[in-house]
Amino acid sequence: MHTRPKSGEAALIDERNFDVNRIKADFPILSQKVNGHRLVYLDNAASSQKPQMVIDAIAKYYQEDNANIHRGLHTLAERATSAYEHSRSRVARFIGGVDREEVIFTSGTTAGINLLSYSLGEQIIKAGDEILITEMEHHANLVPWVMLAKRKNAVLKRIPITRDGRLDLTKVNGLLSNRTRIVALSHMSNVLGTINPVTEIAEIAHKKGAIVIADGAQAAPHMPVNVRELGVDFYAFSAHKMLGPTGLGILYGKRDLLETLPPFMTGGEMIREVYFDKVTWNEIPHKFEPGTPHIAGAITFETAIDFLEQIGMENIRQHEIELTAYAIQKLSQIDGLEIQGPLDASIRGSAISFTDPNIHPHDISTFLDSKGIAIRAGHHCAQPLMRALGKVATARASLYIYNDEDDVDALVDALIEMRKYFGV
Amino acid sequence: MSHELDLMYRDVILDHYRSPRGRTPIEKSDFASEGHNPACGDDITLKIALKDGTVKDVYANCRGCAISTASGSIMAEILKGKTIGEAKVLAANVKKMLKGEEFELPDDVDDIEALEGVKKFPVRIKCALLAWMTLLEGIKNYQSGHAQEVTVISTESGDE
Repeated sequence: MHTRPKSGEAALIDERNFDVNRIKADFPILSQKVNGHRLVYLDNAASSQKPQMVIDAIAKYYQEDNANIHRGLHTLAERATSAYEHSRSRVARFIGGVDREEVIFTSGTTAGINLLSYSLGEQIIKAGDEILITEMEHHANLVPWVMLAKRKNAVLKRIPITRDGRLDLTKVNGLLSNRTRIVALSHMSNVLGTINPVTEIAEIAHKKGAIVIADGAQAAPHMPVNVRELGVDFYAFSAHKMLGPTGLGILYGKRDLLETLPPFMTGGEMIREVYFDKVTWNEIPHKFEPGTPHIAGAITFETAIDFLEQIGMENIRQHEIELTAYAIQKLSQIDGLEIQGPLDASIRGSAISFTDPNIHPHDISTFLDSKGIAIRAGHHCAQPLMRALGKVATARASLYIYNDEDDVDALVDALIEMRKYFGV
Repeated sequence: MSHELDLMYRDVILDHYRSPRGRTPIEKSDFASEGHNPACGDDITLKIALKDGTVKDVYANCRGCAISTASGSIMAEILKGKTIGEAKVLAANVKKMLKGEEFELPDDVDDIEALEGVKKFPVRIKCALLAWMTLLEGIKNYQSGHAQEVTVISTESGDE
């Protein structure tokens, strides 16, 4: 590893014992070679890798505790139920100390937002009502609202972005009206890295009586998140982008809203009494968790949170600000390379999208892979944003706790070599 | 450099990518079609002029990655002098080649075989296919008497 620049912030991190090499050593997948090179994993915005602790926890669950939850009266069922509910409490503390009943386990961010687009959408949206989103949304926080607007003849509006990839806040007031029922926005863009001013927007949206939903898929893994301070009504995120298993997500919702919201999917576990002509719902959060959930995922997500909090979310954010600043500075030195989104690392996350004027992102990605470097190329599930940027696709390198300056240097060196290879 | 990478980006491919053929607009075409690969954002506009039943001129304007650009360029070069029937058989065999099936190509189309390395990279096969699928769409319209229609095909439409 390169020595860090001797700034005050770097020293602070050293004192707090943020040791990238030690963190990296906890991720067995990172010690392999890919195409003859050290694996440099820079596709964290798509999915993070898992530390040995989490992998062990998954194996332990299946080896020792596996049983269905909430129903069985035997020892294993008790054990699994208690671990599952324990994890719910852990998540509630992690997102700012909310009530555990306000935490719903889903299959991911997409599932959480779809749940809302149906349950909340059916409850409050009428023809002519307005839903406000932003131009930078991932399809997960876009398509469900497009479909809701179509179903209800509602109007979908969007907050445009500025040239440097931030929300144009001067437009927000004009876009909100007394017909605005839902405001749904990304906390951190998966393409631009932009951290959106959710608190400010939630405040003015609430004055208009709208419900505010934040897509936290990119923010929750990378920075401290306190949903109460954010002032949102709902917040959705995914475990697999933050060291946890795939197939598990969280939907936080304010208690009073969850209590009055109708269920989305129905079936076992979410009911209280069932007759052929009448069904009563279970209490929250169970009303929103029909069927057998991803028990192993929920339980082992607690281990992932433990791992993150041992490092400290503030420290993770600080590490990524420094590394993102370093990456932006190095990438900017490559002549003609265009970086999307804000260039100031202190107001953005670690997903860095870029384009080469002459080489298509898919060729970039294929070339980098031959060097053992994993990035993402394409439209990043944000086609309307790509159109707004005037790009068909971008390449995206996204950093996490186990990445360091060596990884960034490997990327930059390979991008320079790539131009020689393609000869354009 | 990795061997597989060089198999995909063969010198022939890179040469076509750097100086693509078929970029000169043609005044009068007998049929035209457009192709789109939504996964990559790659586009191709294809126009073909015939003379005495054989391809006289090809305009193949590709906007996309090295593979789709080279594939369109190779196609533009090779189609000249071929009959519609021969072009159809050629396109069908390119598809087979890229999918790893048995294929047969005439002797005079070496550059096409340079595309075969792409099949090692499953996500890139559609890039190589785009131009040929677009050609088949144009031929289909021409043969069914709808040559005036410029239809757009998508690599994601499932029929490939």
